[in-house]
Amino acid sequence: MEQTKQKKLTGSQIVWEVLAREGVEVVFGYPGGAIMPIYDAMYHQKIRHVLVRHEQGASHMADGYARASGKVGVCLATSGPGATNLVTGIATAMLDSSPIVCITGQVASALIGTDAFQEVDITGVTLPITKHNYLVTRVEEIAPAIREAFFIARSGRPGPVLVDITKDAQQGLGEFIWPAPDEKPLKLRGYRAEVQTRDDEIIRAAELINAAERPVILSGQGIVHSSATALLTELVEKSNIPVASTLLGLGGFPATHPMSLGMMGMHGEAWVNTAIQEADLLIALGMRFDDRVTGNLKTYAPNAKKIHAEIDPSEINKNVKVDVPLVGDVRRTLSELVPRVISREPTGWLKRISALKGDSAVRDVQSLPPNGKLYAAHVMNDLWRLTEGNALVVTDVGQHQMWEAQYYKHDHARKLITSGGLGTMGFALPAAIGARFAKPEDDVWVVVGDGGFQMTAAELSVCAQEGIKVNVALINNGYLGMVRQWQQFFYEGRYSATPMKGPDFVKLAEAHGLTGIRVTKREEVEAAVLRAKAEPGTVILEFRVEQEDSVYPMVPSGADLHNMIRRPSPIVETAQDPS
Amino acid sequence: METKVHTFVAYVEDKPGVLNRVISLFRRRGYNIESLNVGRTERPEVSQITLVVRADQDTARRLVANLYKLVSVLQVLDLSREPSVVRELALVRIRADQLGRAEILKLCEAAQARVVNVSVDSVVLELTDGPDKVDALYEQLQSLGSVEMVRTGAVAVAHAPQTGIPPDLGRAGKPPTGAPDAGSLP
Repeated sequence: MEQTKQKKLTGSQIVWEVLAREGVEVVFGYPGGAIMPIYDAMYHQKIRHVLVRHEQGASHMADGYARASGKVGVCLATSGPGATNLVTGIATAMLDSSPIVCITGQVASALIGTDAFQEVDITGVTLPITKHNYLVTRVEEIAPAIREAFFIARSGRPGPVLVDITKDAQQGLGEFIWPAPDEKPLKLRGYRAEVQTRDDEIIRAAELINAAERPVILSGQGIVHSSATALLTELVEKSNIPVASTLLGLGGFPATHPMSLGMMGMHGEAWVNTAIQEADLLIALGMRFDDRVTGNLKTYAPNAKKIHAEIDPSEINKNVKVDVPLVGDVRRTLSELVPRVISREPTGWLKRISALKGDSAVRDVQSLPPNGKLYAAHVMNDLWRLTEGNALVVTDVGQHQMWEAQYYKHDHARKLITSGGLGTMGFALPAAIGARFAKPEDDVWVVVGDGGFQMTAAELSVCAQEGIKVNVALINNGYLGMVRQWQQFFYEGRYSATPMKGPDFVKLAEAHGLTGIRVTKREEVEAAVLRAKAEPGTVILEFRVEQEDSVYPMVPSGADLHNMIRRPSPIVETAQDPS
Repeated sequence: METKVHTFVAYVEDKPGVLNRVISLFRRRGYNIESLNVGRTERPEVSQITLVVRADQDTARRLVANLYKLVSVLQVLDLSREPSVVRELALVRIRADQLGRAEILKLCEAAQARVVNVSVDSVVLELTDGPDKVDALYEQLQSLGSVEMVRTGAVAVAHAPQTGIPPDLGRAGKPPTGAPDAGSLP
């Protein structure tokens, strides 16, 4: 193997040499004692560094960058508290299969195990929430460990990888050895990025699809990760099978496509969940049957055969027992499957689903006549219209997240970034900052509640310091809205610790040298959104919305998917067409 | 679903923290370990971990899939699916005076256990056999006096070299194409 040999470098210099060769443009981090050599070596580097205000922001920014770009996001932190502050962001990336590499400083190798100042066993702490991690104690191990970290993070089912580097390894001198560009892709003896789908499984799946009368495709984030959107569209247009999407799958299939049903699960529209329950075949593509998607497993799609295309073999039969597993990369699976699927005309099944939609439209908050109140759903719908459906939207966790998923129709992959699996409040603002660096041309919107926003609002300073623009649509209802909704539905309205007083968000924006706009009426929404888009810097749009509105429909946790709590109906005498 | 005892042999990289990764997986996913044994193999960079787990078929399959997700795990075999030898070593100390010893020695002979130490009021025996045989000897000895026992947990090896046995990465049926060959460690 031909290798490029150079003069001796310090471990810290090697870190940056490797990052540059992995194509890293920006890193998000926060310096401290045990990582100072790496920060010192950064001083003359071209890679941009973004100074966060809390290390949780760094891991979320790396995550947002990764999800927007499809590349690996990178964050840096010092040992001890710096490293533990990354943890929430690492777990978020793990649950949503997002490729990030976290580099942490560690106390000198001689001090490990002595409870030294700012010593934490971060590889131990992050063992269950990383795809893999490394403790590097020698300078020669730095380059291979970081190279492997990038490879593991981005290949197969992506995920976070942490590389913990002791201070003496950072300071030591070593020869920087890097494989020549023509070297074959990295192969790790214990690592299998993916398994190939088997021919007999493809044939069985095609037979089931061609024989099904009431099929539904369940599209997940795997479609986005493997860039299979075009193949999915081809499959749908050939077979006329409707597509329901998971939260993280939104955008993997165009939401305005006539065969798109929308989001499934706990807050999926009634027709979506009913269609799943009535289906005779579910074709699950790159999703994992999360409990928020299935409801009660015992009554889930009781008459449906199930095909499960999934890259991670440990997901097969984990929650839902499937008839045909298609283990492998979903794009490769689809490329073999689609030619075997016969072309079919629309059937009575689609008519049945259309009928279900009519019922829901009447109950839709969009059909409310003007009553002077501002509903979050209105804000989402207006935002969708005013951004022409093209914004890159980063949402936080809670009611606003579900309204966004219901009312902002995403037609393109990687245009919705949200914390689905872990449900991490405080995710949106830092993740959007990361996404901004990945997509400098995009119209980036943060959709966030007043609760989640206050968790990581300190990162507004990053927007100011770095001179970057994101638009923040702050849905302020003065409550931890989703918990309040559960208290209303399941705890007899005892609003325990959910009413929340926030700061004056307009002044908060101004205190950061940013722009703040308050919106209290629906007729003000359009002008405010257009003004925010026109402002050169970051804008906080505070929408004072109806305080005790709830997200409908709702499948209570663990309930049957078809037993939804519906918006009280009829809420108006003369319903209008929501479109 | 019906559960049975599965004996898994995982070949892992001999590096610090690898056992922790394997155990952490079992703890996190709620698998119950009946016995665990860790040791060297003929290759200095490879260790083996023998795990005995009670699980249904599907859980056992997902356990293998989850083990394969660990980067430090090179190969996993489920030896309950094929002819294999499973052995563990037990050391048993039994209180015995002069009179009781004859009885004990008779049992030892039948069970092919060895006497490794004799003191004034006790005898220490060593038995290497399948876990069920160890259980059986223990029960028999209990009728003769106060018994203490330590055992190593099982180690296992298949009768035949493992060519053509697929590492079951997530499905039943014939071996997947392109799957790693279980016969040779990568």
